[in-house]
Amino acid sequence: MTLSGDYETVIGLEVHVELKTASKIFCSCSTSFGAEPNTQVCPICSGFPGMLPVLNHKVVDYAIKVGLALNCEIAEFCKFDRKNYFYPDLPKAFQISQYDLPICKNGYLDIDINGDKRRIRITRIHMEEDAGKLVHQGDITTTPFSLVDLNRSGVPLLEIVSEPDMRSGAEARAYMEKLRSILLFTGVSDCKMQEGSLRCDANVSVRPRGQRELGVKTEIKNMNSFRAVEKAIDYEAKRQMEALEYGEEIIQETRTWDEEKQVTRSMRSKEEAHDYRYFPEPDLPPLKITPEWIEEIQASLPEMPDQARGRLMEQYGLSEYDASIITQSPDYLAFFDECLRNYSNAKTVANWMMGELSRLLNQNNMEISECLVKPEDLIKLLGLIDNGTISGKMAKTVFEEMFAGGKKPELIIKEKGMEQISDEGTLKAVIEEVVANNQKVLQDYKNGKKKAFGFFVGQVMKATKGQADPSAVNKLLRERLDK
Amino acid sequence: MELYELTLHELKDLLKKKEVSSKEVVKSFFSRIKKIDNKVKAFVTLCEEEALEKACECDQQQEYDGIAGIPYGLKDIICTRGVKTTCCSKILENFIPPYDATVARKLKEKKGILAGKLNMDEFAMGSSTENSAFFPTRNPWDLERVPGGSSGGSAAAVAAGEVPFALGTDTGGSIRQPASFCGVVGLKPTYGRVSRWGVVAFASSLDQVGVFSRDVRDCALVMNIVSGHDPMDSTSVDIEVPDYESFLTGNIKGLKVAYPREYFQQGVDEKIRETVKKALHKFEDLGAVVEEVTLPHSEYALPAYYLIAPAEASANLARYDGVRYGFRDFEADNVVQMFSKTRAAGFGDEVKRRIMLGTYALSSGYYDAYYLKALKVRRLISRDFNEVFKDFDVIVGPTTPTTAFKLGEQSDPLQLYMNDILTVPINMAGLPGISIPCGFVEGLPVGMQIIGRPFDEGTLLQAAYSYEQNTDYHTVKPVLGVE
Repeated sequence: MTLSGDYETVIGLEVHVELKTASKIFCSCSTSFGAEPNTQVCPICSGFPGMLPVLNHKVVDYAIKVGLALNCEIAEFCKFDRKNYFYPDLPKAFQISQYDLPICKNGYLDIDINGDKRRIRITRIHMEEDAGKLVHQGDITTTPFSLVDLNRSGVPLLEIVSEPDMRSGAEARAYMEKLRSILLFTGVSDCKMQEGSLRCDANVSVRPRGQRELGVKTEIKNMNSFRAVEKAIDYEAKRQMEALEYGEEIIQETRTWDEEKQVTRSMRSKEEAHDYRYFPEPDLPPLKITPEWIEEIQASLPEMPDQARGRLMEQYGLSEYDASIITQSPDYLAFFDECLRNYSNAKTVANWMMGELSRLLNQNNMEISECLVKPEDLIKLLGLIDNGTISGKMAKTVFEEMFAGGKKPELIIKEKGMEQISDEGTLKAVIEEVVANNQKVLQDYKNGKKKAFGFFVGQVMKATKGQADPSAVNKLLRERLDK
Repeated sequence: MELYELTLHELKDLLKKKEVSSKEVVKSFFSRIKKIDNKVKAFVTLCEEEALEKACECDQQQEYDGIAGIPYGLKDIICTRGVKTTCCSKILENFIPPYDATVARKLKEKKGILAGKLNMDEFAMGSSTENSAFFPTRNPWDLERVPGGSSGGSAAAVAAGEVPFALGTDTGGSIRQPASFCGVVGLKPTYGRVSRWGVVAFASSLDQVGVFSRDVRDCALVMNIVSGHDPMDSTSVDIEVPDYESFLTGNIKGLKVAYPREYFQQGVDEKIRETVKKALHKFEDLGAVVEEVTLPHSEYALPAYYLIAPAEASANLARYDGVRYGFRDFEADNVVQMFSKTRAAGFGDEVKRRIMLGTYALSSGYYDAYYLKALKVRRLISRDFNEVFKDFDVIVGPTTPTTAFKLGEQSDPLQLYMNDILTVPINMAGLPGISIPCGFVEGLPVGMQIIGRPFDEGTLLQAAYSYEQNTDYHTVKPVLGVE
């Protein structure tokens, strides 16, 4: 339908990040992903009687790190609280979280939207423990029982809450992408949305443009990719606008994104919402964070994406766009920097990374860290183009093979006999043969039909299976035909 | 004289001098238990076989020191590896912990011998041990009467000579009140002095493990073992533990003793007031300076306690949901029903009452008026004590407003709650308190409570010991009619 009114979408995001500390937040169990169910559990993280939490201080280090990277104030004093609710995957029937005194608040991050910079404010960041998960054998609707896996119970999480500063699905996606890259640079998380180490809920409302007060919001859950974040928010905003057009009221509720049908569906209304009955966790003393502690973390903070982007633009003259693609993750940037140690043409490296390399990584759903092509292999390949051993076009074929099997470029070229033929003697012999077999065309050329030159080039390339050095062929053909 | 009639330190000396064996000691206590526990009903689990094995080990090694080779009992809220720990609740009726509580481990390491687990009010909620899901314990001084609670089994077992000492827990008086009713020594240490790890939580900010014994020296000996910082309990405090026995000098000349006006008012039985006043004269005779003081916020302690303790309990007891261990109602059709049916059938009335009270106090809209207000009252109560401790070393008063009442006599919960009126303020302020025998009213023991500064259990024991050595109430034993 066409909307008669002019609406504005207002979005705030609540992001959960799993921290990759070696052990859980309140016990010494491992946090590694993918282990057999209930093999990384102990009486503490499975909520046995009489068990007490002991805070893993690495979690605090990581929270401070993220807080600093997101320009937050770090609290001198914070505490933990209990968030009470019953669910089979929550062993204590309360989650240890932070309620009114979170560790970080009042930060921001900047995003680029079509060349415009937008600052998205961050309300707060707090520490909490993850719950376990329910596993169902077969179809969830028909299986007679649920299984509980507590491996994830007690894995440390940060919840990062933004202000309602985003105005479209695209902005929300840009925020998520930027947040992910910052988190990756701090090294605190893998940020894999598929594995659930990065999760996002969106609060979405719409209002007539120009209106100050916010409209009634809905909370969207179950968005498992950046694309889903964008799609779900845009869908939900449109749904709300259409409802308003029809004179309907927006109901405050929680909705779930249905990836298959590409729609949001109602999960529960505000009336059904939990009363979490937060109160201070009596088993953990309040946490004092000294200026020295913050300074220590500050000093350990690596280069952040925005800084790196500036450096690439300044040092190598990359465009802002190229530089921001290269700085999407620390592994990507490290690949680039490693290439540039022994190869000087930054633009060429950037083009290959953003072109062939990205294409193949995406195609195979791989991370750059899993890539078999190492920086030294890429620059070797670029060197072989530069010295005329292979053509740029052939290099792409070689690169695909490098990517697939991890072979060195020289080896591939040798095995396939792909070296460029630039030896004059060899080329002259081929030219003689081509000319001898095409006397009529030679005659035409001599009679002024200059276009026939291209025909001879083509025949030489065909005879050498494309391996002839084109510039040498040009030169030698001209000498032969014009003599 | 039988071995079971001796104190811990007397047994220790006999063992050291090799006049008796651990096996003889253990056998003596078990024959006593067999003879009288069908009347007293202090034990819910007996560990006779293991106890005799341990005794033989001790006798082989011939290393008698401290509690080595001497039996003891544990309140059934203290987790014991491989031995049922039920909290005297149906919901944990068959629960066998895979771990020892820190205090249980410490006693085990000193080669003490666990005789069995002792009856209590379900989840330590009660003042008479009538709330045990299994059976009530009887007061050895009058089997028609209650032993007090919630650690009634511990107090009765020590009073009846079934064990020389026992551990209990005290959240609002659960050690001192039964000690008073049963005419034994009962010490609740400073909050943070003894580890709570492995002790099933009732109200985490108030719970503390403590000692029941027949005299003050035994109490000091056991305190030497169980006290101290535990890295697994973040609320245990890292303050050096003195040798408590070294405080037993018998000298209290110049000790400044305060008695609060509020603890000698209406609501406290007149004969008890007189008995304790007499004890105060004894302190004066021994060279102490005794003066009246005021603790003006005393009357608010009980209502504030009955908000804070149930609030914490409502969260602490939420984990008993039938999912991972303990009782489960298998008749449920879905998970919510499983939770509610399990908890409806697994918990007794008093536990349910307190869970509901606490849930209500924490509910949104009521939190500020109830829970938060109670926290403020708690601070005022602490301040009252701090003021007095500026000028005085200990505070002395009655432990309970009445002597032991008859089973079934106090059926109104509010009436039962009044039993804690003199002990609850001490938990609210986190202070140490000891109850020692100071006389009899109509043949029933009266307890005197001595309250000390935080972590000053030493002075408390010093005062208690001097009084005890100059009186003989602690030597009078109940007659059970079976000797």
